[in-house]
Amino acid sequence: MFKMKTSHMSAVFDSLSRFYASSIGKKFLVALTGLVLIGFVFGHMIGNLLIFVGKDAINEYGHMLQTALHGGGVWIARLGLLAAVGIHIVATIQLTRANRAARKDAYGQHKAQVSSKASHTMIWSGLTLLAFIVYHLLHFTVHAGNDYGTYHTTLHGETVHDVYRMVIAGFSWAPASIFYIIAMLLLSTHLSHGFSSLFQTLGVSTDKTEPLFKKLGYAFAGLVLVGNCSIPIAILFFHYGR
Amino acid sequence: MSLLNLHLKVWRQNGSQPGHFQDIEAPEIPDHASFLEMMDIVNERLISKGEDPVAFDHDCREGICGMCSMQINGVPHGPEKATTTCQLHMRKFRTGDTIWIEPFRASAFPILKDLMVDRTAFDRIQQAGGFVTVRTGAPQDANALPIGKEVADAAMDAAECIGCGACVAACKNASAMLFVSAKAGQLNSLPQGQPEKDRRTLGMVRQMDKEGFGNCTNQYECEAACPKGISVRWITKLNRDYAIASVKEAFGNTPKVAGGGD
Repeated sequence: MFKMKTSHMSAVFDSLSRFYASSIGKKFLVALTGLVLIGFVFGHMIGNLLIFVGKDAINEYGHMLQTALHGGGVWIARLGLLAAVGIHIVATIQLTRANRAARKDAYGQHKAQVSSKASHTMIWSGLTLLAFIVYHLLHFTVHAGNDYGTYHTTLHGETVHDVYRMVIAGFSWAPASIFYIIAMLLLSTHLSHGFSSLFQTLGVSTDKTEPLFKKLGYAFAGLVLVGNCSIPIAILFFHYGR
Repeated sequence: MSLLNLHLKVWRQNGSQPGHFQDIEAPEIPDHASFLEMMDIVNERLISKGEDPVAFDHDCREGICGMCSMQINGVPHGPEKATTTCQLHMRKFRTGDTIWIEPFRASAFPILKDLMVDRTAFDRIQQAGGFVTVRTGAPQDANALPIGKEVADAAMDAAECIGCGACVAACKNASAMLFVSAKAGQLNSLPQGQPEKDRRTLGMVRQMDKEGFGNCTNQYECEAACPKGISVRWITKLNRDYAIASVKEAFGNTPKVAGGGD
């Protein structure tokens, strides 16, 4: 009985590893993790835009994230996102290496007829975003090389982290703001191909829905660009909150 | 009829030895010649000069066999939409043009000579599941198995694939997904293909990976280059069919492997 069960489990595990080993399997995981990350990017942007609602709004939001599920919520989200980012990056690097190996000798002339520039630079926009994510986490989460962690304020009689002051201070430094804006430009090109692409990989696009996914992807990429860049631009160039 | 004076840059290569572009002048080419006839004229002249003619693949010369190939000015089968090299005419070029002529480049398509590549990787993928097993003996009545008009039409669209490899040549990753998806999708759409659907899908995709083709990045250059206009929606279907077959294999009882002839 027990033996049968382990052999069945190993059959499932074998099939999973075979799925991952295959080209379509890896792509499937890239698409699924891409979907998770798209959801995150959207939620993150909406949350951050609370800075325009006011000091208390964004501080309350930050406090809520920190204390959800007695402080466990933020770690569940972090570990989930870390797994999604990790799978997304490892699989795409493996796929890119296989793609390079699939054509060792370059053409003398090779003309792209329909594909976008963004779709040809996914690995580079992606790897730059990875560098950005590391910087972003050091900047606003780990507070490396700054004292943002010591910023506190009182909200409803409770001492909470002053997210508002941290963001204003963070984006008052031009190099940081400019790097954020460049990263968001790359994120929007990444999304302009990735968004509709994931529905194709997951096998749900149809001739009717494909143009819709494409338009939605462009709209989403534009929204994320405008929404996220509005914060550093408002602070750096229009002195919002300064 | 007018005559064209063309400058060709033709890839010359012997087997696995390093290749190079050779500049070949092609004066006085009749504009009503097909591209392959232009190559024939060029070769006749090379032979009469005692030089090595350019090796290229060709067979039916009417756009249905899938034998002709060539990357012409950076596009498989040249600049015309839904046209094979043999159906491309020299009137599409201007006198004085420089034309780059290269083989389809992919690690899975090793170069045999000049513009000829070995495309038997496609045959091995077909043998890994691109068929319907039929028992010998009395066949069933042709119309005993009703097939919906839309299903039959869709299967015919996929069946248009002539297996030329332009999809691989056009793809920046040298992916064979359009070919494999058309061949698997044609049979996976039809009732006759249902009993072997999962093992066909798994077998063909695994063989495709084994041959060293790249991975699809959904840029659809394949569809743009396909001389038969095969739709990338077949790739969508292959992605779906493969995911379903993998789940069934993990939790169910999919037959082991599809067996084909060697």
